[in-house]
Amino acid sequence: MNTWSIRAVLVALTVFSTGDALAVDTQRAFDDPQLQARYEGITRELRCLVCQNETIADSNATLAVDLRREVSEMIAAGKSDDEIRDFMLARYGDFVLYKPRMTGKNFLLWAAPVLFLLIGVLAALRFIKRRAAEAGIATETDTAGPEAGKS
Amino acid sequence: MWKFIVPFAVFTLLGAFLFIGLYRDPSYVPSPLIGKPAPEFTLPSLQDPAFPIATKDLAGKPWVLNVWGTWCGGCRQEHETLVAIAKQGAVPLIGLNWKDDDAAAQDWLRQLGNPYAAVATDHEGRTAIDWGVYGAPETFLIGPDGTVLYKHIAPMTFEVWNKEFLPRIEATRAGQGAKS
Repeated sequence: MNTWSIRAVLVALTVFSTGDALAVDTQRAFDDPQLQARYEGITRELRCLVCQNETIADSNATLAVDLRREVSEMIAAGKSDDEIRDFMLARYGDFVLYKPRMTGKNFLLWAAPVLFLLIGVLAALRFIKRRAAEAGIATETDTAGPEAGKS
Repeated sequence: MWKFIVPFAVFTLLGAFLFIGLYRDPSYVPSPLIGKPAPEFTLPSLQDPAFPIATKDLAGKPWVLNVWGTWCGGCRQEHETLVAIAKQGAVPLIGLNWKDDDAAAQDWLRQLGNPYAAVATDHEGRTAIDWGVYGAPETFLIGPDGTVLYKHIAPMTFEVWNKEFLPRIEATRAGQGAKS
């Protein structure tokens, strides 16, 4: 093997091996791949409140283990994803969701990017207009000739 | 003129937000249960598993639910405070022994004193999830109508008890007195 292919193999190893090495929730909850996919999806968007910066899929905390059990039981009982999210919301509040909902309280947060963009566009427009006006004045004085500016 | 005022105002606003942010606890998560009916449970008692503890039996008077476990350092820290609060007798303290070993919990109470009117055992942690518990010790105040009035996350202190719990307990009594 030349050095490039060795490097490629090493890169591939580091990139693709981490996922499994980091997985905490290794036991499959469901045999049905569809249910398993739903389970993995939903445990990845719920925050483990003990550790706060981990999802319940990534955490080894006992609470995360309990919440995973709760999620798998609800899926087995035929609950929809929304019902499971509502269950968590009623108990732990908005903070439990990694994908936040839009509510009255955080509306400003959602609107902020649009608001800032609007402010930027308005500022840019004003700036361009002023420049255009200044340029207009400049050309006018230019056509009037150097004598006009002297008076 | 505006060239100075606008940046100054933006800077002051940003500074104010950051300053407030310095004194906020990012690990504090407000409970959505406040003002809502307390989740019901019927659980075996720590002292006598044959004798269940039910939230229904506690209705009509304010009471306090304290979530604890022998594995929890903060619970050891607050225990003396709880014992002293229980001696004052303002409200019954109900313990929720969260994911713990019964024998260890019984030993703990024997050695350190028992502030609880009753202790419910939640081995599987399901009741704790219903109450939105995420880190012991947590202490809830429940009103006579079964509404959650307040929740304190972290070891109980006299300061918190006197400032947050006692006035709310008094308020429920005053409210009841006016009704009857």
